[in-house]
Amino acid sequence: SKTRNSFVGAMNDLVKNYRTVDEDFFEELEEILISADVGVHTVMELIDDLKDEARKRNIQDAKDIQPVISEKLAELLQKSDQESHLLIKENELTVILFVGVNGVGKTTSIGKLAHKFKQENKKVLLAAGDTFRAGAIEQLEVWGERVGVDVIKQQAGSDPAAVMFDAIQSAKSRKVDILLCDTAGRLQNKVNLMNELEKVKRVLTKEIPDAPHEVLLVLDATTGQNAMSQAKVFQKATDVTGIVLTKLDGTAKGGIVLAIRHELDIPVKLIGLGEGLDDLYEFEADQFVHGLFSD
Amino acid sequence: MAFEGLAERLQGSIKKMRGKGKVAEQDVKEMMREVRLALLEADVNFKVVKKFVSDVKERAVGQDILDSLTPGQQVIKIVNEELTKLMGGEQSKIATAQKPPTVVMMVGLQGAGKTTTTGKLALHLRKKHNRSPLMVAADIYRPAAIKQLETLGKQLDMPVFSLGDQVSPVEIAKQAIAKAKEEHHDYVIIDTAGRLHVDENLMGELDEIKEVVSPDEILLVVDAMTGQDAVNVAQNFNERLGITGVVLTKLDGDTRGGAAISVKAVTNTPIKFAGMGEKSDALEPFHPERMASRILGMGDVLSLIEKA
Ligand SMILES: Nc1nc2c(ncn2[C@@H]2O[C@H](COP(=O)(O)OP(=O)(O)OP(=O)(O)O)[C@@H](O)[C@H]2O)c(=O)[nH]1
Ligand SMILES: Nc1nc2c(ncn2[C@@H]2O[C@H](COP(=O)(O)OP(=O)(O)OP(=O)(O)O)[C@@H](O)[C@H]2O)c(=O)[nH]1
Ligand SMILES: [Mg+2]
Ligand SMILES: [Mg+2]
Repeated sequence: SKTRNSFVGAMNDLVKNYRTVDEDFFEELEEILISADVGVHTVMELIDDLKDEARKRNIQDAKDIQPVISEKLAELLQKSDQESHLLIKENELTVILFVGVNGVGKTTSIGKLAHKFKQENKKVLLAAGDTFRAGAIEQLEVWGERVGVDVIKQQAGSDPAAVMFDAIQSAKSRKVDILLCDTAGRLQNKVNLMNELEKVKRVLTKEIPDAPHEVLLVLDATTGQNAMSQAKVFQKATDVTGIVLTKLDGTAKGGIVLAIRHELDIPVKLIGLGEGLDDLYEFEADQFVHGLFSD
Repeated sequence: MAFEGLAERLQGSIKKMRGKGKVAEQDVKEMMREVRLALLEADVNFKVVKKFVSDVKERAVGQDILDSLTPGQQVIKIVNEELTKLMGGEQSKIATAQKPPTVVMMVGLQGAGKTTTTGKLALHLRKKHNRSPLMVAADIYRPAAIKQLETLGKQLDMPVFSLGDQVSPVEIAKQAIAKAKEEHHDYVIIDTAGRLHVDENLMGELDEIKEVVSPDEILLVVDAMTGQDAVNVAQNFNERLGITGVVLTKLDGDTRGGAAISVKAVTNTPIKFAGMGEKSDALEPFHPERMASRILGMGDVLSLIEKA
């Protein structure tokens, strides 16, 4: 139901209530963006920008500023079209590593993405790199069964780096197209766990020099400003190549990704809209921006 | 720039107010602008912030300055007190039913920490209160949710009641209570599936479970990293179920945790526990005062006041 142009429709409400572009108008815009978790700093910069722009272009009528707002927001999210897609190797193994804090949706997103690739007739393998959390391996195995792909695992409590080594060997010998690697959730301020993650990544790189080809940071749309800190630390540790923004099927807007794109230039590649197999979608900036303004 | 402590930000205003006898409106206004930013950056809901700022302004303006404080310190003291008050007193107690078993329902969004907290709470009840809890696996949806609770049960040597994932959660809950009575468990902790507050069907299921087990305690489990949406979540769960308390999880992270204020403001139920790690012993009482300083990033400010 959300069309590419519906953002403009949603903006109409804001514009309708304000005929002129005045302080009240900007205050309401500020509140809308803050309530979408965009973050105070980014919002204020944006509003200052818009005020400047309004002055420069001599915009007084509220409906004339509407395209400028969409322009600015979309600009933030779409620096270039290219990189917002997953980079998948042709006729070669592609390794994708999933990282993120606890409970954001890493394992579920792996299940969904495996399903997507399976439908494209790709040969997929999963690596059960979360050896810590109770039931984590079994959870990935259930997804493997659902989708119809194998899972490489070791016992609970074993070294995740060793699991990755096994998995990449298997992926090579089985001539797999895509290897999706799960990792345990970890808060970014846990130094030893972040070190462990770096080690996991190094194991993959050692076996295939340009692997992992994607490092996807999974962010929960319900998360507020802490997502910025997550992005910073995980990027530093693992060179994140993209974001999976999950749980957008709720009422949270996930606006913090605007700030993340702005400050760290990490693109959102996929979004999660539910717990089912088919609930993973490619990110579309226009739709997302529309979502920021809808109830 | 972001998450700069409130102390540094207020330095200017504090200096300006030095030597004044009464707190003047203009000074308070200036300081409250900074307080507002700090609260928003800490993820306190913007509506809650609005009300808070105006309440504090009212209380602060025109006050005589206490001998021991500068006007700036006094405003900060008021901010801190009000914030602490907003989060309620210390209350890490869990209800006890007149007639056992006491029934506790764990509810919340997906991934908030319900299952982990179920294990933590069971351990807490056994260790600190010498109770004998029964944990109930009522999440039949999430892949391996039952296995997760069973694994925790094994780790803790704590019984888990499960009927697999082909029996409705309502039926599981009902039978669990019977089982608890039979085996003389004095607490029953029901781990429910994560669900969105706007999911009509699944929220209805919680209603039904509540109907059948008449819980003494319905704990909303909230991720401390939650942003502005915390108010919607808390409001919906509370209106629908009448929650009796909140558990704030993942406070071992570096989040400011403003969701604590939002949730408290809309539900007016106590935050009973703080989750401080993934392990089963990482459950602590919730300290409103510490939380207030954490949200404002002003441990340093408080020590400044204390020294004065
Ligand atoms: N509504 C909704 N729920 C989701 C989505 N993605 C994941 N979930 C749910 O969020 C919860 C946590 O998902 P997991 O995949 O286990 O998260 P994780 O990051 O692997 O968690 P840990 O391994 O414990 O750190 C589960 O209940 C999922 O069903 C989504 O897009 N929408
Ligand atoms: N660091 C930290 N992690 C926690 C805490 N509480 C829970 N977790 C982690 O958060 C993730 C999700 O916890 P679960 O207990 O599975 O959450 P849940 O609410 O039962 O999830 P669903 O059943 O999928 O809705 C797991 O990785 C837990 O280990 C905490 O206080 N601190
Ligand atoms: Mg996982
Ligand atoms: Mg659970």
